[in-house]
Amino acid sequence: MTRSGRFLLWSGIVALCAWVLVPIYLIGVGAFGGRAAAFRWPKGILPVNTSLDQILVFLRIEGVANAAMNSLIAAGLTMLFSLLLGAPAGYALARFSFRGADAFRLMVLLTRAFPLAILALPLTVIFIKTGLYDTPLGVSLVHTALALPFATLVTAGLFQGIPREFEEAAWVFGCTRFQAIRKVVLPLALPGLAASAVFAFVISWNEVFAASVLTVRERTLTAYLLTVLSESPIHYRFAGGFILIVPSIVFIFAVRRYLFALWGVTSR
Amino acid sequence: MAGIVIDRIEKTFGTAKALDAVSLTVADGEFVALLGPSGCGKTTLLRIIAGLESRSGGRVLIGDRDVSDLRPADRGLAMVFQNYAVFPHMTVFENVAFGLRTKNAPEEKVRRNVMRAAELLHIEPYLERYPAKLSGGQRQRVAVARALAVEPAVLLMDEPLSNLDALLRLEMRADLKRVLQEAGTTTVYVTHDQTEAMGLADRIAVMHSGRIVQCDTPMTVYAAPATTFVGGFVGSPPMNFVPIRNEDGRARLDGFEATAPGTGELLLGFRGEDVRIDAPERGLSFAVAVAEPMGSHVLLTGTIADKLVRVVAPTGIRVAAGERIGIVPDPERVVWMSPETGAALPRIIS
Ligand SMILES: Nc1ncnc2c1ncn2[C@@H]1O[C@H](COP(=O)(O)OP(=O)(O)OP(=O)(O)O)[C@@H](O)[C@H]1O
Ligand SMILES: [Mg+2]
Repeated sequence: MTRSGRFLLWSGIVALCAWVLVPIYLIGVGAFGGRAAAFRWPKGILPVNTSLDQILVFLRIEGVANAAMNSLIAAGLTMLFSLLLGAPAGYALARFSFRGADAFRLMVLLTRAFPLAILALPLTVIFIKTGLYDTPLGVSLVHTALALPFATLVTAGLFQGIPREFEEAAWVFGCTRFQAIRKVVLPLALPGLAASAVFAFVISWNEVFAASVLTVRERTLTAYLLTVLSESPIHYRFAGGFILIVPSIVFIFAVRRYLFALWGVTSR
Repeated sequence: MAGIVIDRIEKTFGTAKALDAVSLTVADGEFVALLGPSGCGKTTLLRIIAGLESRSGGRVLIGDRDVSDLRPADRGLAMVFQNYAVFPHMTVFENVAFGLRTKNAPEEKVRRNVMRAAELLHIEPYLERYPAKLSGGQRQRVAVARALAVEPAVLLMDEPLSNLDALLRLEMRADLKRVLQEAGTTTVYVTHDQTEAMGLADRIAVMHSGRIVQCDTPMTVYAAPATTFVGGFVGSPPMNFVPIRNEDGRARLDGFEATAPGTGELLLGFRGEDVRIDAPERGLSFAVAVAEPMGSHVLLTGTIADKLVRVVAPTGIRVAAGERIGIVPDPERVVWMSPETGAALPRIIS
C-alpha cells in the first residue's frame, strides 16, 4: 500500500471509531461525573470527581428494576422467536429454489418499510382483546416482526455459505434431512446463528415506539426511561442513557468474533 | 448381493441434456470405471445413483431393489465426492467414523474400522487434526477413508485420487483395488484419467456428451474402440485414424493394402505401437515432423495423407524431421470406422 493509501485507511478508521466512541464516552463521563460534569462546558476530556452515585440513585428509582426485567424478557423472547422462525425460513431460502423466492426476499425486507405508527392503534386494540396488551410477550411479538427480516436474510446468507455437499455427504452416510441439519449444518452455522440472535436481542432492547404504545405499567426499560427521564435532571439522563447502551455494547462485544465470521461467510 | 442396474436414465438441466438414456449394469462385486472428458455427465450419473440428483427419466436398481425414489440414506451405499465434502467441524477421526456413528456401530468397531481405513490411506498421523489443517490430497484421502470405513456393499467414487502426486496415486490405486476386491465391493469409479481406468477396472464405461458409448473390458476398449471418439480418448498416444478408400473389399493407400469391410470412404484406425516401420514406398507414406526419444521408445509425430499420426518406433531408429518413411499397421489389429458416423464397422474375419 502506498503512503497516502495508508494515511487514508487510518484516518478512515480513526474517523469511524470516533463517530461511535466519542458519544459513548461523553455519555459515560456524564453518567459518572455527576451534575458538574454534565453541565460543564466545554466538556472535559477526563472525567472529574467520578462516582457511582447517579447510577445507583438511578437504579433505585421506583420501577427501573421491573422495567429492566421486562426488557430482558421481551428481548429474550424476541431472540428466541426470530431464531425459531427466521432460521428455518433462511434455510428454505438458501436450499430450495421455489417460485417467488426472490419476491419473498424483497417482501421480507419491505415489512421494515411499513410504518409501525399506522399499525399502533389496530395492534393495541387486538392486543387488548387477546390479553397481550401490557405484557412483555406482546412486546416481544411486535419486536419479532421487526427482527425477523434480518434474522431470515442473515441466516439465509449463512446457510448459503455452507456447501450443499456437506449435507449431501451426511445423507449418503445415513442421515435423514433433520439429522444432517443437526449434525452438520447447525454446528457450522452456530457462530452466525448466535450473532443473529444477539442482533435480534439488541433490536428489541433498543426499540422504544412499539414498547411505549403497547404497555402502560409493564414498560420495558427504554419505554420506561423515556417517560421518567424527560422529567429528570440532565445528569440522570446521562445515567439512564448509559445503562441503556451498556447491554448492547457488552453483547455485541461478546459475539464480535462471530459477527466477523458471519460477514466472512455472507460476503463469500 | 448388490449389483447396480442403471436403466435408461435421463437428465436434463433446463434445456440442456446432461444424460441421454444411459443404461449400465454393474455386477455384484464388479469394478466399473466411468471414463470420459470433463462435462460429459459422469458426476451427474453418479449423483443420480446416489439419489442426490433428481432424474428426468429411467430407473436405478441396487441389488434387485428399485431405489429410484429412495432417500440417499436408504440406498445402502457410500460415496467419495469430487470436492471431498469433508466436514470441517470434525476431526479427521470423527470424519472417517461418521458413517459408522450414524449407524450406531459399537465403539470398538468404529475404532477398528477407522484405524484400518486410516492406515490404508496413510492418514493416521492426522487423525486428531481438523480438515482445515490438511492439504488437498490429505483431505481427499480422508474422504476415501470415510467411504471405506462403513464397509459399503456399493461404493461410488468421483475422481478420488485426482489430487495426489503420481507416486502416491500409484500406491493408493493398487491398495484400493486390493481392498475392494477382498471385500467384494461393487464399485463405480469416475475418472478422466484413462491409465487409472485401465489399471483398476474390470470394465470401462466410456462416456461422451451424456451417453455411454462403449462399456467393455479395458483391453477390448483399448484394442477395439466402438467409435473414433473412444479410440482417440483411450490410450496414449491416441489411436490414429487415416482416411482410406475401399474398392471391392480391398482398402488401398500409398503402398498399404488390406481387406476391409464396407465400401467407399473409410477410416483406418491403428494404434501407434501396432506398426512396423518400412521403406517409404511400402506401407503408408508417413512424413515425420518430430521424433521424441522417450527412453524405452521413440515417439514419431507426423502426417499420413495430411492427417496427424503418432507412432511408436524402437529406440534404435534413425529418422530426422522432414524424412518420409513407410508405416505398415498390423492387419490383425487395425479397426475400420465409418467416416460419417464415427462408429466401428464389423471386422472381417479372414
Ligand atoms: N446443477 C446443474 N445445473 C445445470 N447444469 C449442470 C448442473 N450440473 C451439471 N450440469 C451440466 O451437466 C453436464 C455434466 O456435468 P458433470 O458434472 O456430470 O460432468 P463431469 O463428467 O463430472 O465433468 P468433470 O470431469 O469436469 O467433473 C455439464 O455440461 C454441466 O455443465
Ligand atoms: Mg465430475
